[in-house]
Amino acid sequence: MTLAAAAAHPGFLSPTGVEIAFLLVGLATFGAAVITVTTKQLVHAALWLVVALGGIAVEYLLLTAEFIAWVQVLIYVGSVVVLLLFGLMLTKAPIGRSPDADSGNRWVAAAVAVTAATALVWVVVDAFRTTWIDLEGPAQGSTDATGEFLFRHWVLPFEALSVLLLAALIGAIVLSRKDRAGTSHREDKR
Amino acid sequence: MTTTTLAVLVPLLPFLGAAAGLLLGRTAPGFVRPLAVLPTLAAAVIAAVVAARQGGGRAIDAATQLTPTGSVPIDLALHLDGFAVLVALLVGLVATCVQLYSTAYLRDDPRYPSYAALVSLFTSAMLLVVYSGDLMVLLVGWEVMGICSYFLVGHYWETPEARAASLKAFLVTKLGDVPFLIGLFALAADTGTFRITGILGAVANGGLDHPTLIALLLLAGVAGKSAQFPLHTWLPDAMAGPTPVSALIHAATMVAAGIYFVARLLPVFAASGAALVVLAVMAAVTMIGSGLAALAQDDIKRVLAYSTIGQLGYMAGALAVADRGAAVFHLISHGAFKAVLFLAAGVVIHAAGTNSLATMSRMGGLAKRVPDAYWTMTVALLALAAIPPFAGFFSKEAVLVAAEHAALGDRDVAPAAAGWTILVAGLLAAVLTAAYATRLWLLAFRGHGAEAPDHGRQPAAMTSVLWVLALPTIGFGLTAGVLTDWFDGHSLTPTVTAAVLSTGVGLVGGLVTYGAWRHTTALAARTPVGMVVAHPDAEPALVEIEALTAHRAAYGTTGDAPDPADPGRLLLGPLHHHAATGFHLDALYTTLFVRPVEAAARLVRFLDREVVDTYVRGSGTGARWLGTAVRRAQTGNVQTYLGALLAGSLVLAIAAVVSANVNAGS
Amino acid sequence: MHLAYPTVLAALLFCTGLYGVLARRNAILVLMSVELMLNAVNLNLVAFDVWLRDALHSGQALTLFTIAIAAAEIGIGMAIVLAVYRNRGSSDVDRLRDTAETEAAETLPGDEDTHDAEDQATAPAGKAKKAEATA
Repeated sequence: MTLAAAAAHPGFLSPTGVEIAFLLVGLATFGAAVITVTTKQLVHAALWLVVALGGIAVEYLLLTAEFIAWVQVLIYVGSVVVLLLFGLMLTKAPIGRSPDADSGNRWVAAAVAVTAATALVWVVVDAFRTTWIDLEGPAQGSTDATGEFLFRHWVLPFEALSVLLLAALIGAIVLSRKDRAGTSHREDKR
Repeated sequence: MTTTTLAVLVPLLPFLGAAAGLLLGRTAPGFVRPLAVLPTLAAAVIAAVVAARQGGGRAIDAATQLTPTGSVPIDLALHLDGFAVLVALLVGLVATCVQLYSTAYLRDDPRYPSYAALVSLFTSAMLLVVYSGDLMVLLVGWEVMGICSYFLVGHYWETPEARAASLKAFLVTKLGDVPFLIGLFALAADTGTFRITGILGAVANGGLDHPTLIALLLLAGVAGKSAQFPLHTWLPDAMAGPTPVSALIHAATMVAAGIYFVARLLPVFAASGAALVVLAVMAAVTMIGSGLAALAQDDIKRVLAYSTIGQLGYMAGALAVADRGAAVFHLISHGAFKAVLFLAAGVVIHAAGTNSLATMSRMGGLAKRVPDAYWTMTVALLALAAIPPFAGFFSKEAVLVAAEHAALGDRDVAPAAAGWTILVAGLLAAVLTAAYATRLWLLAFRGHGAEAPDHGRQPAAMTSVLWVLALPTIGFGLTAGVLTDWFDGHSLTPTVTAAVLSTGVGLVGGLVTYGAWRHTTALAARTPVGMVVAHPDAEPALVEIEALTAHRAAYGTTGDAPDPADPGRLLLGPLHHHAATGFHLDALYTTLFVRPVEAAARLVRFLDREVVDTYVRGSGTGARWLGTAVRRAQTGNVQTYLGALLAGSLVLAIAAVVSANVNAGS
Repeated sequence: MHLAYPTVLAALLFCTGLYGVLARRNAILVLMSVELMLNAVNLNLVAFDVWLRDALHSGQALTLFTIAIAAAEIGIGMAIVLAVYRNRGSSDVDRLRDTAETEAAETLPGDEDTHDAEDQATAPAGKAKKAEATA
């Protein structure tokens, strides 16, 4: 952050400390994500996903979005991944290497993904080559700031979101209920 | 009522009768006969009243315009002059007689209601043609007649002859009608009106820019309708229709419509000397050719059909020398006596059970079986052969006198060449006419051999109308002096030279035929030829159609019979074979037109089936293959779908980015 | 900090998730890949929010919403996967091929009613075998 003078001619060849940290954490996150989608062991995939999501939380921190970083850790690492692990167990996913974890069109998928990545990276780099984020000043994503804008400007969507969560809750319950009455009814019909 | 109102009623009544007959024909069979006869009779009576009121004086013109029709107005116009009222009277009279005759002739026919309605419709259309003062309205009647003729010739559509004949009649007349229509348009374009009076006025003022072209185009339609060479071939075959239809349509009225049309517009034709010469040559070829052909026919109705063509040739000849008075005079008298001939022929065919002259010539006492037909036919044949004092003599004399005037230059309307052509051809044709009339009479009524079978008396409805029509056949000619006032004013009375000349050649023709017949009678007894129908007691129409079919079955053709005792065969010598087939015109047309058209049709069929359809089938097969290919893509695997979707959107995005960069760079 | 770093990382993470969605066979792994994609978007949102210094902080607010919605989504998705697993005995995405175009699909839809429950369970499996053979 002492490189305010260098901001006039910043470049990739003179990275700041934050940048180096971001880069390293980013590499780790990306690596974890790649392992998540390629590993043959299903449970490992979930665990590598934890690494990737945690890495993203760190990136949020580096971008001064503290509150979101903690929310990320709480919700994703704390609940979503746990939910996924439960799902794996409930569907009797095999422990250990399962040779058919990837489907037949993985090469098509790889081609599409690599092409998309190339195009996106190219476009993004091309567009933001000379753009800099000024991280000086007070943290923009502190809990204080977040609470302020969330409950000052975003109250209505926030409340609407609670309704959505309620709907999702009910939907999940309805879907996962063992439909005994419906099944028996269907068998009666047969 | 005014004369105009009455004149409007004349075509209207048969039309209403036809409509009512078609509507009620199935539900109320009892009304069919009155509905057929009474409107026609009323129309005939009113036509007589109109004729009496018009009285040969000034032409009565009346017109009303229903709706504006663009640059050339079309009016519902009447033009009543002496020609119109007299021809209408003839049409009404013959139509009434034919309707009466048909009630007996087709008494058991299940299709009688539609038949009677079509005859009524035809009568209405003919009367419309006769009275109309507007060419477009005339054309409507003209075409309605054509379609009625088609239906009525094909009345016995169960037989292949009738089917072929009706199609042939329709197509050949239509072949003439196309140039006819173009000619009408050209005429209207030159004169700016379809009204006959307007056209004649324009012609008188020299307002016609292309007289020869228009006249020749119109002549094509006239040749088709009036069965003039080279479009005459449909008429002999049209004899496959019922006899009363032949009498009304193909002898007395419709075929005369062409002649009548030329008579109405004669100044248009007279404006072009070339057209008159063409008409004269056409008439001359028609007269002589049909006379020779008539001498060789075995079917009694085909003899009369060729005779009709020949007499129409006389009328066309009179027009070619620009004397429409003579033409219409002959038209009316011919209409009367040819109707008698056809109707009597129907009786004879019924009585003899055959239409073959060769068979009749081996049948004794046919005259005693049908005395009415015998006497009226004798009178009518004498009229046909132009023997005084019958109607045909006076009218034919009028034609020959007109031709003589034109040839000698007494009247300079028509070219002298046309006059000479008509005069010479007319005298030659007079010989032939007398010859085939004599032959017909001798073979039909002077046969030797087994007694003719007795089928009882012929129905009164059939025999009485013969006498009704025999009256004008006998007496109409004597009115020649009076008629002059009704027509153009040229004298119609015969001159001594022409009378002696034509009667002389007629007598020569008749006597030569008689001699030949005497010579061949002995032969006839030795060579039995015969063909009689299986059910002679059925209704006359059935006997006729059975005879027609049996004739073809027995002799191979409808017109000829291998009878060595035929005087016509002796007279014509080597020409007989050609004459019997109508000088191979049908074969010629088959080679020239029918075969190429059929070949073209086959080509089109081939192109359609093999070339066009290939593309049609190909598009179907292509779509099917495409569908099969697309079906293979429907694997049900969501990931495949999503992959394809994303790949596609990726391609689009990259294309958008690249093009944006290229555009920004340039 | 250079804006390219977070955006490039987000792009790469997104494409990794894309690959996972397209290539993974187990439905739960597909859901994990979806989470990766969502996180990539979130990273973008935060980065741009920080860069633009938005007064309303739309980016961060939307990130929070996205996280909440992702949680709801994972709940519903898991419920669906479990329901499918209960019914079919498998949660493999490429074996759920009831919408595939087959020869039998050319017959009337009413014919399906005549199949037994076993048929319904085995028919997709048979199709899957066929698909594997062709793949």
